[in-house]
Amino acid sequence: MRGHGRLQRVTQAIQSMSTAVQFAGVSRHYGAVKALDEVDLEVFEGEFFAMLGPSGSGKTTCLRLVAGFEQPTAGHIKIFGETAEGVPPFRRNVNTVFQDYALFPHLNVLDNVAYGLMIRGAGKAERYRSAEQALELVALPGLGKRRAGELSGGQRQRVALARALINKPRVLLLDEPLGALDLKLREQMQEELKNLHQQLGITFIFVTHDQNEALSMADRVALFNEGQVVQVGTPQDIYRRPNSRFVADFVGSSNVLPPEFVAGLGGERHWASLRPESIYLTQTGGHPARVIAASFLGGSTRLALDIDSLRIHVMLPSTAAVPVVGDEVYIDWKPADMHLMESSA
Amino acid sequence: MSSPQAVILPGRQGLLRRFADTLWRHPRLLLLLMLAPPVLWLGIIYLGSLLALLVQSFFSIDEFSGLINYDFTLKTYGELLIPANLDIILRTVSMATAVTLGAVVVAFPIAFYAARYARGKWKAAFYIGVMLPLWSSYLVKIYAWKLVLAKEGILNWLFAQLHLTWLLDAYLSLPLIGGNSLSVSYTGTFLVFLYVWLPFMILPLQASLERVPGNLLEASADLGGSPRQTFRHVVMPLALPGVIAGSIFTFSLTLGDYIIPQIIGSSRLFIGQAVYSHQGTAGNIPLAAAFAVVPIVIMGFYLWMAKRAGAFDAL
Repeated sequence: MRGHGRLQRVTQAIQSMSTAVQFAGVSRHYGAVKALDEVDLEVFEGEFFAMLGPSGSGKTTCLRLVAGFEQPTAGHIKIFGETAEGVPPFRRNVNTVFQDYALFPHLNVLDNVAYGLMIRGAGKAERYRSAEQALELVALPGLGKRRAGELSGGQRQRVALARALINKPRVLLLDEPLGALDLKLREQMQEELKNLHQQLGITFIFVTHDQNEALSMADRVALFNEGQVVQVGTPQDIYRRPNSRFVADFVGSSNVLPPEFVAGLGGERHWASLRPESIYLTQTGGHPARVIAASFLGGSTRLALDIDSLRIHVMLPSTAAVPVVGDEVYIDWKPADMHLMESSA
Repeated sequence: MSSPQAVILPGRQGLLRRFADTLWRHPRLLLLLMLAPPVLWLGIIYLGSLLALLVQSFFSIDEFSGLINYDFTLKTYGELLIPANLDIILRTVSMATAVTLGAVVVAFPIAFYAARYARGKWKAAFYIGVMLPLWSSYLVKIYAWKLVLAKEGILNWLFAQLHLTWLLDAYLSLPLIGGNSLSVSYTGTFLVFLYVWLPFMILPLQASLERVPGNLLEASADLGGSPRQTFRHVVMPLALPGVIAGSIFTFSLTLGDYIIPQIIGSSRLFIGQAVYSHQGTAGNIPLAAAFAVVPIVIMGFYLWMAKRAGAFDAL
């Protein structure tokens, strides 16, 4: 298939890049709690890598292991080929944008941004010049004299970004940096972060629990669940070919079809995923279903249908005629859109 | 069919309840009622007596009759500047400074541990450990220290057991801080002051360190700060309000105390003792008042300096 060939080329191109961060069998246990359990992971140089998962899935622990705030209880971490275990954070050329920004309250914006240079012993003039440049980079010039407490959430976010970039890190870690912003600002920052990534060409590792954010921004996504990496791939990969029920459900709330149902349709006895937007209403043939609920979402309408006591969601374009609750409808989908999953988890 | 419930319930009956409802409708009245007693207390009894003290310090005493002359004059303040009195002030301020610095050095690790690492029962143990000395009588503690520091005391015995008596003797032979034994030296006074005021340094320091979010320390390390640099550029500035709060206690308590230097030390006067003797046996109330104003002025000046140095910027 043509699409498949292109994917292969992309994968080959990615693999020819050097590895920025490598996890080999890395675990981080707290007593009996396995925050991270035998994770293997490779982040390539220059890529925008998203770690996606529900809270407590181990994605933040993973990030903190790269930053050096935590040490693995087992396994090996390499950053640009160098062993990172036992190396304190201040000896890693890796910088972090913290979830709640962690700006120094006793310093003004300029001193916050210049902190990394001050630590390295740069002179006042030099570090303020660089800090001004960094603030320009994040579209926040001229606010240097303000205190962190006087800024809005979005501005703090940018200051945190400028502060993390001033040391010219080879890997930038972002720990749910957009979580505290409102929707509009978040979308704007997503775009700016992507532009920044292209402009700087350094590796971004981005932790989020928001699947839209991960899918729209990242080159590749690692999906975490219960301390393990469930699937790694391009956003398209993860979305179209989830390898497990968890992935199908977490990314875009896909319909998960049980093996009996799939077998009843004449397929293999396998769990399968079917995207709500892949399903369409039809007059001729198809499968009979009853409408349980309909919610108008603006650009589309989401139907909840009952089909053989199975609840299925369908996303209708806003142009389609919308049935009302209780209606009998017929639905169908292209066989290729139903994706059989390897794992039943 | 049951009748629908009323949306607005009828007003409550009874004088007290109606009064409570009135207070709810007029929050300012409630505030006034709650604040009036403490404000009256602070204003009349506390500040009033302080004012009376201030006024007294502008009177003078007639040297022949020993009677108080009620004309306003700066003569009494002039008397503070004679060498003997100036010595007392200098001695007290130096001691208060030393005690405060000593308290910061001793309290910091304890407060840091309690704020950053102690959890659950260790935290409870910390609070009890710090507060426990405050539960026993101040005088008992001081006399206990006198015995500990005395020539026949346990400290001397300990030094003897460790064959370090020569070290103690060498220390005691030093000018100013030495003496016949620890219990009659400035070092002894310093140690006991440090002991009794230490909780007043630890607690505010711990409170201020507790408010330093852990991720600020991580952010500093992330940006290349070694633990020493993080301490200097993040922990210290953010703990400064706590240090200042603690030092206000240790400094002013040392400035005003008249019992510890009387029981332990070189028997040279401190400000508190001067106030005590002037208003008592000597009957020189104006001079006692003038002496009492000195710590107030020093503390005011100290706070002004601290504010100018930006100590409260992180608040």
